[in-house]
Amino acid sequence: MSAAGTAAGSAAGAAGAVRVRPPRGRFTSALRLLLSSPRTLFALVVVVGVVLLALLDEQVAPTGYNEVDVAQRLLAPGADHWFGTDDLGRDVLSRVVLGAAVSLQVGAVAVGFSLVCGVTAGLLAGYYGRWLDTVLMRLMDVLFAFPAMLLAIAVIAVLGPGTTNAMIAIGLTYTPVFARVTRAAVLGVKESVYVRASRSVGASDARLLLRHVLPNAAPPIIVQTSVSLAFAVLAEAALSFVGLGTQPPAPSWGRMLSEGRGHLEDAWWMAVFPGLAIVLLVLAFNLLGDGLRDVLDPQQRSALEAARSRSRRARRRGGRS
Amino acid sequence: MTGFALRRTLQSVVVLLGVSVAVFALVHLVDGDPVRLALGTRFDQATYDALRERSGLDQPLAVQYAQWISSAVTGDLGVSFRSGDPVTVLILERLPATLSLAGASILVALLIALPLGTVSALRPRSLLDGLGTVVSQVGISVPEFWMGIMLILLFAGTLGWFPASGYVPLSEDPAGWARSLVLPAVTTGLVSGSVLTRFTRSSVLEALGAEHVRTARAKGLGPRAVLNWHVLRNALLPLVTVTGVQLAYLLSGVVVVEIVFAWPGLGQLALQAVQARDYPVLQGAVLLFAFVFLLLNLVVDLLYTKLDPRISA
Repeated sequence: MSAAGTAAGSAAGAAGAVRVRPPRGRFTSALRLLLSSPRTLFALVVVVGVVLLALLDEQVAPTGYNEVDVAQRLLAPGADHWFGTDDLGRDVLSRVVLGAAVSLQVGAVAVGFSLVCGVTAGLLAGYYGRWLDTVLMRLMDVLFAFPAMLLAIAVIAVLGPGTTNAMIAIGLTYTPVFARVTRAAVLGVKESVYVRASRSVGASDARLLLRHVLPNAAPPIIVQTSVSLAFAVLAEAALSFVGLGTQPPAPSWGRMLSEGRGHLEDAWWMAVFPGLAIVLLVLAFNLLGDGLRDVLDPQQRSALEAARSRSRRARRRGGRS
Repeated sequence: MTGFALRRTLQSVVVLLGVSVAVFALVHLVDGDPVRLALGTRFDQATYDALRERSGLDQPLAVQYAQWISSAVTGDLGVSFRSGDPVTVLILERLPATLSLAGASILVALLIALPLGTVSALRPRSLLDGLGTVVSQVGISVPEFWMGIMLILLFAGTLGWFPASGYVPLSEDPAGWARSLVLPAVTTGLVSGSVLTRFTRSSVLEALGAEHVRTARAKGLGPRAVLNWHVLRNALLPLVTVTGVQLAYLLSGVVVVEIVFAWPGLGQLALQAVQARDYPVLQGAVLLFAFVFLLLNLVVDLLYTKLDPRISA
């Protein structure tokens, strides 16, 4: 394709006056469409910002996460401590910044876990069908039958509290969602012409699944990943809030909230700022999921593109008059 | 009973069996002797032996499961490692608090979602619609326990209108019961309400675009009559089922909110059981939650075929 593109380009160059627009890739056009929505742009900025905070952590945080200074306890937000200090005199801003890494890490690992397990189960169930489908999906039904938070609590009852176990518990909770989404997508593409054609020329099952079925089943999985990240951040905060997730003195937003709950009358800032951090990150992942759904779903996408080109035409007309 | 209903019910029973195996396995997956873990470091051999025998842990696994499930079916979920009370009694004590909270929450959610969702759909892309979208988007992203803390801060702390925590049984003091219920119910209701608002909006929008609505308008019916008779009746149909599913999800959210408001419900019971390593109580609570969750989903599916004759087959 690129050779043809260059040939066309040089031909156009020779012709001089004719302007040939290079064919735009599916990816770039999707990205452009994604970035054209202010809400998605906001979500991306927040997510990138939080990731940067998590990567830089100690370089940007004013103090360490556990620098106790009893003389400075429960100070209201001010010039020295923008978000105030907690009951042990620790800087709340620093702990919120350093908590970003914990939230993101738990979210990423937990969702990674459900992604790998769920997509594998969904691919196998959807592609091979029959008894494998029945066994795998009934297993997922059983996992799905528990209210999410309760399943996570039960898993932690077995494994014991802690950040790693919280990741496993949350990951297990969201595995069935990925399995269902993947299975449905696989069922949609496995009988399509290109898959049958590939099978007829002797492609192996592994090749078919990874080269043809998975990429075409990917859009709903990508959307689900973003939405699940939002859920995972919430779940980690909830588990840490009730004392089953990240253990003190590590800076977890949920943990900070539960510490702040004891000081509602004298130090509102202890509970307000970590909560705002959770809302912002979860909101960003949710909005990103919505934006991705709009761009990746062909039906939504054509509606979106039509609306954009209508408004562009309207602008152009407005400019001329 | 139609074929669909029969199949669907059977499927739920199979899943419930799977759930019971998973819940049973909970105790046996624990690293170490659950009785010893529950008793802590100081105990005498006699207490230990008695508890072990009472909980049937000296029997082979298959026998234990058979015994456990057959007594569970008759409502006997064993005894607490800690207090020695029957688990069923402990659960029944906590049930009214959780049911009050779940019922009030779904009421709050519907009171928010129905008007807001309908108005948003009637005026799409208006300022109000935009506001509704933003509010529901944020509502979905707010952790329930933080919402609870913020409401306590404002309405119990600064304004002093409602108690910050605690539960008053309905039988003791109906007015106190209602007052104690407001903040926790609004907390969970706001989050569920956000989900339902989005759903109501899309459901009403879809109904507005239907052919029969156009016909109704064409024959000269007024906007109010079209809305009441042709749009809402159809739009609310799927809403019944989604509300049922939301009620099931509420059960999950309630766990943490009960902690925030020191609400003596099932969620608190389950959490205390985890902290005390009281496995029979945890098993009982988890089993009950999963059972209700499955039951609600089943009822919703069956109801849907009843309400929408196009689906039953």
